Amino acid sequence: MRVDLAVIGAGPAGIAAATEARAHGLSVLVLDENHAPGGRIWQAIEARSAKDDDDRAAQEAVRAFRASGAEARFGATVWCVEPEGRVYWSEQGRARDAEAAQVLIATGATERPLPIPGWTLPGVMTVGAAQIALKTGGLVPSGDVWLAGQGPLLLLYATQALAAGGRIAGVLDLAPRGAWRRALAHLPGALRAPSYLARGLAWRLALRRAGVPWIRAAHVRAEGEGRLERIRFAAAGGIHVRPASLLLLHDGVIPSVQITRALGCAHLWDEGLRCWKPATDAWGRSSLARIVIAGDGAGIGGAAVAQLSGRIAALGIAAALGRLAEAARDAAAAPLIAARARHLAVRPFLDALFAPLAIEPEDDTILCRCEEVTAGRVREAVALGCLGANQLKSFTRAGMGPCQGRLCASTVAAVIAAARGVAVRDVEPYRLRFPTKPLTLGELAALHEQAEAVEPQAS
Amino acid sequence: MLTRPDTGALTILFEGTPVPARQGESVAAALLAAGILAFRTTAVSGAPRGPFCMMGACFDCLAVVDGVGGVQTCLVPVREGMRVERQRGARDVAAEAVA
Amino acid sequence: MMAERFDVAVIGGGMVGSAIAVGCARRGARAVLLDEGDVALRAARGNFGLVWSQGKGDGMPAYAAWTRESLRHWDAFADAMSAAAGSDIGYRRSGGLVFALGEEEWAQRQEDVRRLHNQIGGPSTPVRLLDRRALEDLLPGTPLGPRVLGASLAPEDGHVNPLLLLRGMHAAFRAAGGAHRPGAAVDAVRPGFTVHRGEETIAADRVVIAAGLGTPRLAAMLGMRVDVHPVRGQNMVTERLPPLLPLPASAIRQTAEGVVQIGVSYEENLWETATTVAELARMAARAVQVLPPLARARVVRAWGALRPMTPDRYPIYAQSRVHRGAYVAVCHSGVTLAAAHAGPLAEAILAGQLPDLVAALGPERFHADAA
Repeated sequence: MRVDLAVIGAGPAGIAAATEARAHGLSVLVLDENHAPGGRIWQAIEARSAKDDDDRAAQEAVRAFRASGAEARFGATVWCVEPEGRVYWSEQGRARDAEAAQVLIATGATERPLPIPGWTLPGVMTVGAAQIALKTGGLVPSGDVWLAGQGPLLLLYATQALAAGGRIAGVLDLAPRGAWRRALAHLPGALRAPSYLARGLAWRLALRRAGVPWIRAAHVRAEGEGRLERIRFAAAGGIHVRPASLLLLHDGVIPSVQITRALGCAHLWDEGLRCWKPATDAWGRSSLARIVIAGDGAGIGGAAVAQLSGRIAALGIAAALGRLAEAARDAAAAPLIAARARHLAVRPFLDALFAPLAIEPEDDTILCRCEEVTAGRVREAVALGCLGANQLKSFTRAGMGPCQGRLCASTVAAVIAAARGVAVRDVEPYRLRFPTKPLTLGELAALHEQAEAVEPQAS
Repeated sequence: MLTRPDTGALTILFEGTPVPARQGESVAAALLAAGILAFRTTAVSGAPRGPFCMMGACFDCLAVVDGVGGVQTCLVPVREGMRVERQRGARDVAAEAVA
Repeated sequence: MMAERFDVAVIGGGMVGSAIAVGCARRGARAVLLDEGDVALRAARGNFGLVWSQGKGDGMPAYAAWTRESLRHWDAFADAMSAAAGSDIGYRRSGGLVFALGEEEWAQRQEDVRRLHNQIGGPSTPVRLLDRRALEDLLPGTPLGPRVLGASLAPEDGHVNPLLLLRGMHAAFRAAGGAHRPGAAVDAVRPGFTVHRGEETIAADRVVIAAGLGTPRLAAMLGMRVDVHPVRGQNMVTERLPPLLPLPASAIRQTAEGVVQIGVSYEENLWETATTVAELARMAARAVQVLPPLARARVVRAWGALRPMTPDRYPIYAQSRVHRGAYVAVCHSGVTLAAAHAGPLAEAILAGQLPDLVAALGPERFHADAA
């Protein structure tokens, strides 16, 4: 299969890009691991009834996408992208591939890992996980469900869960003191896109009115035999223990860089979010000629920014493929770029208000969940000369599991940096290679048989 | 706990026991709704694990689905009659091949 | 920075340099091991982990002999490294296999084994041919595919966890008083000897250049000509599986953790460590023919590493005639030879003369004036 544009991810950015690209006559293939479009923020949007204007706009965007003529494959897990534009994925147990003149990576964001003692116990999940369960299965919290952490998604989920009839035992606000003061310097920017502030305040008020305890806390621990049974935390000068059946953690979201890292795209350190993100220009172009990135995967901006970036990227791609004159491209993109800048104006404020929590895990807290490598083992390895995450991987197996560092890259880097006394940006991150998602040896072998059938190698 | 008001029209089996499920939800969501939190024990230490991220990133929600081990249950939609079992340690590909 | 003076400075903290360094330190020499940072090309990351004599030195009896020598020292070496690492480095010597798939491969395998058997000095260690029946007797319960017609078995071969081995060597080196200095590449080495790295100057009576692909540049500074080029090898590993394959084979082995490691490609003159679908798919196809149940196993990680390859694939050990005390050691079978490097080679370097066993492995076999 050959297409003009392959889009990886059918969230707000991918959907907007595909629709826009189709409007300019490009052939488009969209691949998403989920079984319906929407990504995270619009998850299961087609199956749900619209609750507000945002939902209605999302459903409209998905309708336009469905009608656009883009070829959409769901249940399609991409595991390799080549710089020359070939994309490999698995669908129903079979590996497939397509050639694209341009590839748009719109795989979004992932939760910033928050490793607390006991976070691997069944019953501890992320706020994002609970939101997915709510959106796709209508699951609501009941009976001793606690939230811990900080960030807009935590507030949003709590509000949504309560509105759906759920009950929350309490929220542990882990943000350090003084966050508001640090954020105030960026307030003018935030006021350019006042809806974000208004929403955040509304969510916070809704929780207060519902009587959900909001506790400024620290040093949360999840405890229990074989599953979560209680939480322990420090607050108001004392240590408190509460029964808990579910603990939902959240410390913001960061760009998902698995594919861009494996591709070898250049990445930049985002000091505000304290994370790595791919280097992109205003059109979303990466350091590789055929690879474009849009949405939260290029830098956290939220759904509105993602849609705008998706459209801007598609305009750039259409022009690059000769389907749109540059003047027309610029004219169409100008209002989108202006709107995007307005929405992005709130980011410095949010980044300061919800600055990532300090990662200072105790020695026996697990950092790498897959291989069960503790913070103590990481510190030991640094003492033995490990300077970065790759040597660490060699010495401790951290990062060698199937998640390929999705849940430990940021925390391992923070612990190495602290142990070495250097900035996190100076710690070499895990070097990733395709496949970025597992596939069976049988699927791989079948690709070889196919290739052999076409062009037998002299062995 | 995570619960839902309507139990769902489908039925899947977990370790032989029927579990209600809703069309369109993942296996992991259905099991969570039934109060099942631990889907496997790790191959490293035998520790119990269950869903953490629900989006295919953490690989902690692995279970044996219709005889195939190592399946990310948060990415698989439920199907009527689906058989799900806990995965104990490393998956046994040789046994799966025979079954 | 003030210059410190060591008995020996080893440049390169990979499989070869670390072994030589630990050998020197454990013999009482004041040694410093200089190593690059986290993104070193580090061929050691590509090691399959085989402690392997089979097929070695086909056409080069000196290499077969040197390999045999290393295997002789490996048991004691493994014990010492495990003790230093504080954990089992996964060293198992119960035999190693080279599978033959199909009639043509089986015929070739038999011919190769016979040829090496008839070579002067013979193979490094004894090798037996096993037909399908004999293989099944050796590996009861191992689900071999129908195309596996036989294999050659070297009963003295085995494998080790190469990463734990490297860790063990670094730990043993420090424990023996060695100065381990990771973090930066060496800029220059000068006669006398001084090693220069950024602001640092390190002085030593002897210098050993064991810097893999970085060896030629540094060796040239001391008048030694060493030709090394990169050959990429891609590897992949599966999720953890219950025991399937009790003995390592040349391209497939199951580690102590239960993951099955599959290799290895041989791609000349590539300087980047990306993986390619074509090679991974080829390796997968072969692995699935050897053990069909693996078709259902998932690959969770793949990587590429660059082997330092000499023109005839055999190691190069050089000793400068002009600058006494300058040595070069480069090879791609750093795991198998680790015991020899930590043993007779380190001892000989400290005594001032490369061992007789490696006399035929000098760079002058390529260029008369190489050292």
